[in-house]
Amino acid sequence: MTDFNQELDATGLNCPLPILRAKKTLTGMESGQVLHIIATDPGSVKDFDSFAKQTGNTLLESKEEGGKFHFMIKKS
Amino acid sequence: MEKKLAIIATKGSLDWAYPPFILASTAAALGYETQIFFTFYGLQLLKKKLALEVTPLGNPGMPMPLGMDKWFPVLGLALPGMQAMMTSMMKSKMKAKGVASLEELRSLCLEAEVKMIACQMTVDLFDMNRSHFIDDVEYAGAAAFFEFAGESDICLYI
Repeated sequence: MTDFNQELDATGLNCPLPILRAKKTLTGMESGQVLHIIATDPGSVKDFDSFAKQTGNTLLESKEEGGKFHFMIKKS
Repeated sequence: MEKKLAIIATKGSLDWAYPPFILASTAAALGYETQIFFTFYGLQLLKKKLALEVTPLGNPGMPMPLGMDKWFPVLGLALPGMQAMMTSMMKSKMKAKGVASLEELRSLCLEAEVKMIACQMTVDLFDMNRSHFIDDVEYAGAAAFFEFAGESDICLYI
């Protein structure tokens, strides 16, 4: 797994909370740092892809593991 | 240049309060400059104390628990207490599914600098008191809405 600087547990949260929490966490991070997000909302897979495309941050990794979704986002 | 989203929120029930706040908060997170213009029943969404309810009346699309829609006559849905019951069932379902409360979504919107504008005409029409609304509200009319909406990339009527 890619190294990350910060982790966000968004398990149990439904749309749009994982995105909003991720955005808030990224705001407090430095450019180039990586945020690891864990979510259980199946809609978040497409949503984090779209979030990255629209905000200019890079989605380094998106995978499902043990019923949870893991995302690695690098701040632009 | 920053994209812009303009929303008109016209409905004041628990279920219909979600789309404006979900879309506005998400748009703000994506970098949109966002304004919501609250008019008519939508003004209920600006009250300090939200007391929104949901009604199954006139809403054949509403999923009912325990197959109630199958055996409950439509008139039964008008019984006293039915609306309060449906509201509390909806709220507990939302909580169980990790759906944000309206209070939470609204404060996330405000935190993300979503601008909220109340329709002054409706405030007058319904004799509503400004002191019942949250402090972050601005009061204006249709012309003010068009100043922003006219330059928006997306404009929604909810």
